[in-house]
Amino acid sequence: MLSEIAFYGAIETGLIYGLVAFGIYLSFRVLDFPDLTVDGSFPLGAAVAAVLIMAGWNPWLATGCAVLAGMAAGAVTAILNVKLNILNLLASILTMIALYSVNLRVMGRPNIALLGEDTVLTPWYSLDLAYHQVPVLLFAIVIVIALILLWRFMKSETGLAMRATGANPRMARAQGIATGSMIILGVALSNGLVGLAGALFAQSQGAADVTMGVGVIVIGLASLIGGEAVISPTTVIRALIACVVGAIIYRLAIAFALNADFIGLKAQDLNLITAVLVTLAIVLPGIRSSVVNKLTRNKA
Amino acid sequence: MISATDLRLTFGKGTPLENPALRGMSLTVNQGEFVTVIGSNGAGKSTFLNALAGEILVDSGTIVVDNVNVTKLPTHKRADRVARVFQDPLAGTCEGLSIEENLALAIKRGQRRGLTTAVKKQYMGQFRESLSSLKLGLENRLGDKMGLLSGGQRQAVSLLMASLTPSAILLLDEHTAALDPKTAAFVLDLTTKIINEQKLTALMVTHSMKQALEVGTRTVMLHQGQVVFDIAGKDREGLEVKDLLELFEKQRGLSVDDDSLLLG
Repeated sequence: MLSEIAFYGAIETGLIYGLVAFGIYLSFRVLDFPDLTVDGSFPLGAAVAAVLIMAGWNPWLATGCAVLAGMAAGAVTAILNVKLNILNLLASILTMIALYSVNLRVMGRPNIALLGEDTVLTPWYSLDLAYHQVPVLLFAIVIVIALILLWRFMKSETGLAMRATGANPRMARAQGIATGSMIILGVALSNGLVGLAGALFAQSQGAADVTMGVGVIVIGLASLIGGEAVISPTTVIRALIACVVGAIIYRLAIAFALNADFIGLKAQDLNLITAVLVTLAIVLPGIRSSVVNKLTRNKA
Repeated sequence: MISATDLRLTFGKGTPLENPALRGMSLTVNQGEFVTVIGSNGAGKSTFLNALAGEILVDSGTIVVDNVNVTKLPTHKRADRVARVFQDPLAGTCEGLSIEENLALAIKRGQRRGLTTAVKKQYMGQFRESLSSLKLGLENRLGDKMGLLSGGQRQAVSLLMASLTPSAILLLDEHTAALDPKTAAFVLDLTTKIINEQKLTALMVTHSMKQALEVGTRTVMLHQGQVVFDIAGKDREGLEVKDLLELFEKQRGLSVDDDSLLLG
């Protein structure tokens, strides 16, 4: 039903979106900050990395710059909210819209092809692996490193202060935590991760495109919520693992849906499927528990 | 020592809902004093406490804590000097974090936070010791989520968190008001015990005149954003609720006389 290449492709994209899910976990869950900037910071990361790679930069250095660009975008959203008192959702929409122009300026045109350029993947192709397995290996390494760093950060004094900021800002202030700075740092980190995802996505797909960010927020949320449905996020490490698992499951589900000819879905149905999956992921746990409640009540 | 001088604050200035909450409030609390604050609704008790904590910045007047003028500092920059327990038992702790994580947040109150592990092994002895003084068995539940605890237990932990590191003043904002009578008595006992043992300087707002006279070393009554009377030492001993009411009537009567004098 699903070819080997399609399977590895789904895992590869899933690993990249795992990074997006980390970012969304940071903003939506840890900081309670609904941040839509990611729809702009994902292509921003891709654009920055693509332009710098075309200019002959080392691809890892270019990827690092993409992370910094993502962080700057996130910081703008957070500063609009914290310093100028603009509603968080609206602040992120403003940044997202602005980034569309910024991304076009960065690239100088709507898309850049990276075919034949050296990317972070190039040296790894000399390994004794099938062509479609290489990105999976590299991105798995990247996401494990990101997961460990993020987990250590969440357990640190600053990370704990960030979690308190999102959970109970009044208490956080009373404990001497500068909640505004925590929000700026957290949203910047979140978008830095999304910038990284965009940079890696552009390099694995061989192109950066100004429209590639459309719906990233929904896919990230689908991954986050789906993962939480599979692995209950009772601890930070479980929540982070849930992000990765959710992103991979989501991608596999999409790949199955598109490859199963008998359903008759095509690539253009992707966004519709995503919206349906997110709705199901949000609604299903509630339905399940109410069914369980009815069953247990009958027993009693 | 904490000293507030001529604090003035008006909510909704220039609107039909203009409400002067503080009208020249002055109060000095000396080292080691335990002041209970009473007053009717709208007397400015909560506003005064929020002004001291930094949640609200006053229009005019000065607040000096341990010789530092903090009048214009936001809450988080005063937190090293001012500790606080809220009225809402759920407000003082984070329910999504474990007991030890909440305590780890409190042990760094007002200090720089770095990238080292927040819940350090060296804290554990102190955490267990202070939790066991509550006699709630929480010392064996350090890893449990705060949300699993009852309101009373959470308020007890909030109190512990506020006293984990030294402060110039401990602010208690009707912190027993939202608890059932038995739990309220437990938390109040704990409060006096901690304040006496650690010789803390404290300011406790309460709705109960009885409570205001039973605990503490000094009682202050607020009315219409000002201190109307302030009793301590011998004058306060043996005072009962009806005496307090009489005192209040007398004060109000006097102020009425003052007005009539002015108008006459």
